[in-house]
Amino acid sequence: MGLLPERSLPPEAATNEPDEIPGDVAQRVLIWRRFKRNKLAVFGALLLCGLVLISVFSEFLSPSTPYAYDAERTHAPPQRLHFVDTDDGFELGMYVYDYRVERDEETYANTYEVDESAKVPVGLFVQGQAYRMWGLFPMDRHLIGAKDPDTEVYFLGADRNGRDMASRIIHGTRVSMSIGLAGVALSFVLGVVLGGLSGYFGGRTDNYVQRVIEFLMSIPTIPLWMGLSAAVPRDWGAIQTYFAITVILSLIGWTDLARVVRGRFLSLRQEDFVTAARLDGCRTGRVIGRHMLPSFTSHIIASLTLAVPFMILAETSLSFLGLGLQQPVVSWGVLLQEAQNIHSISGAPWVLLPGVAVTVAVLVLNFVGDGIRDAADPYK
Amino acid sequence: MRQYIARRVLYMVPTLFAISLVAFLIIQLPPGNFLTSYIAQLSAQGQGVDGAQVRALEERYGLNDPVVVQYWRWISGILTSGDFGQSFEHRREVSDLIWDRIGLTLALAVSTLVLSWLIAFPIGVYSAVRQYSVGDYLVTFVGFVGLATPNFMLALLFAWVSFRYFGQSVGGIVSAEYADAAWNIGKLFDVVSNLWIPVLIIGTAGTAALIRVLRANLLDELRKPYVTTARAKGLPEWRLILKYPVRMSLSPFISTIGWILPTLVGGEVMVSIVLSLETTGPLLVSALQSQDMYLAGSFILVLGALTVIGTLLSDLLLAWWDPRIRHQHVERA
Repeated sequence: MGLLPERSLPPEAATNEPDEIPGDVAQRVLIWRRFKRNKLAVFGALLLCGLVLISVFSEFLSPSTPYAYDAERTHAPPQRLHFVDTDDGFELGMYVYDYRVERDEETYANTYEVDESAKVPVGLFVQGQAYRMWGLFPMDRHLIGAKDPDTEVYFLGADRNGRDMASRIIHGTRVSMSIGLAGVALSFVLGVVLGGLSGYFGGRTDNYVQRVIEFLMSIPTIPLWMGLSAAVPRDWGAIQTYFAITVILSLIGWTDLARVVRGRFLSLRQEDFVTAARLDGCRTGRVIGRHMLPSFTSHIIASLTLAVPFMILAETSLSFLGLGLQQPVVSWGVLLQEAQNIHSISGAPWVLLPGVAVTVAVLVLNFVGDGIRDAADPYK
Repeated sequence: MRQYIARRVLYMVPTLFAISLVAFLIIQLPPGNFLTSYIAQLSAQGQGVDGAQVRALEERYGLNDPVVVQYWRWISGILTSGDFGQSFEHRREVSDLIWDRIGLTLALAVSTLVLSWLIAFPIGVYSAVRQYSVGDYLVTFVGFVGLATPNFMLALLFAWVSFRYFGQSVGGIVSAEYADAAWNIGKLFDVVSNLWIPVLIIGTAGTAALIRVLRANLLDELRKPYVTTARAKGLPEWRLILKYPVRMSLSPFISTIGWILPTLVGGEVMVSIVLSLETTGPLLVSALQSQDMYLAGSFILVLGALTVIGTLLSDLLLAWWDPRIRHQHVERA
């Protein structure tokens, strides 16, 4: 490869190279080409990038902060964003209609009506609620929001304390996505180490590890998770609970990955190139790291991508039950706690929106994971 | 074959022992016990707690004994007399509380399993035989969404729709008018009519997964030369497909009982909490929250044991169905 630099062109340029030698194209170039052909996976990858961007820049992207509340705006319905003003002539510009609020004197519940006479102008890069970007830099600019810094807009409605749902869902993206990634990173270590040991050494080691895996898989996951997270002390801080839940999720989630890794090791152990490496005097660590692992990295990546949605779903379920993350941490599951009773759902269906976010994230990760798995399969 | 069964049953013993250990350790993990949280609750309400009474209670339930002693007392009670201990919160025998609910959980799980088979089989076969047709794309898409939506979300959505558009609030398996009635045909119909919705909700993810597995397997089989041979010999198409490739791709269908059962039990727990069904779920959560240790531990133990038995049954069924698996095990043994 090093002798023929003209063949290591960027993948776009190399796609339709007619005179390339099949065996001479790098494996990752082939994988990338196959991945690109899968439209659904590419679409998923783009959306996934969007989700990652949202979790990185949540403070800036949200119209408000997740904790700013307004007692006058409890369960306020979503406001539609209008782009064209046709009231007097034709005018471009973003605005939403204000509400007419009426308070029921008996129940103190607010009822809202759209007030078409009052417009709230909306702009980009506006001043609004003050926040600290990444907890470090004090800022007050928001990507989108009401031009008047003292008014709030609710694109996705407000919750029972009059907090902006859009901002809360955006901040929840950061927590839910990162708990998925962190949990998968932990299960990755456990799965690769234990699955690798099991598959490489075989025999008794294999038998022990397999028994443990079978045992973990035979316990109904949700009750086990519930039991373990109920054991997390209530007086722990937000960060501690977050890590405890991550550890709990990955303690059970590593088994699938370990099975994949073990199966790969078992089949690779018989290959000639592994025997050759061993006969050359390579130590175990080198045989595994240099010769065996590279031949199934892509499979591991695919399994990891497919494991993230499981973690996200698990976190959501636990937090929904009140056993996972706790307020004031904002994750999709914590947000869904508000949707637990039929009265808040029937009065304010938009409290279910965090669930839509969960579904989208899980779908996207599944598309990407499936795409990588298919692309990495050389026999297809 | 007999040897294989005996060996599998023998393997179950250490697994069950480990499950009982884990179940007991989980309920010991939280700091404090039911009494401390009970006392905290009482003093939060401004009620004084009598120290002598606390000590008497600790003495009675043996809460100060070493964990091993407590475990031994618990497990030996279960094994010798089916006594699961006392529920602190409900002040009743645990065994009185759980059997009804476990029965309902089991009924839900089994009917969900059967229903997801009934749905997944024709759809899976169809979408493999008509690969890339409109129907296939539709099924694949719906399946993906079904896999991606948490069960409890579906339950919430359903609760909202039925409340909003039908003015009905959901919940409960037995309708009010049959609550105290003895079992009769009317009550049975009533239960079945209330049951099918939770069954459908719990089954979505499993059904979607089954369809995908069946479709992938059947696609692999359909490309094999023996299918072409059979077709060349003039076998009618539907008979050909049903008789050979479908049969070959059914074994994962059976082996799914093993891994689908833990998922079903888990999903059932979540959905029951949302729809407030009288199954294990809501009781388990409240027991875990109030540290009602014997109740929570017994639930985890019984659910785990049932899952292990289900897995065993599915493995035996698979060995009976698929001669390749049967012989592989016999050779190894």
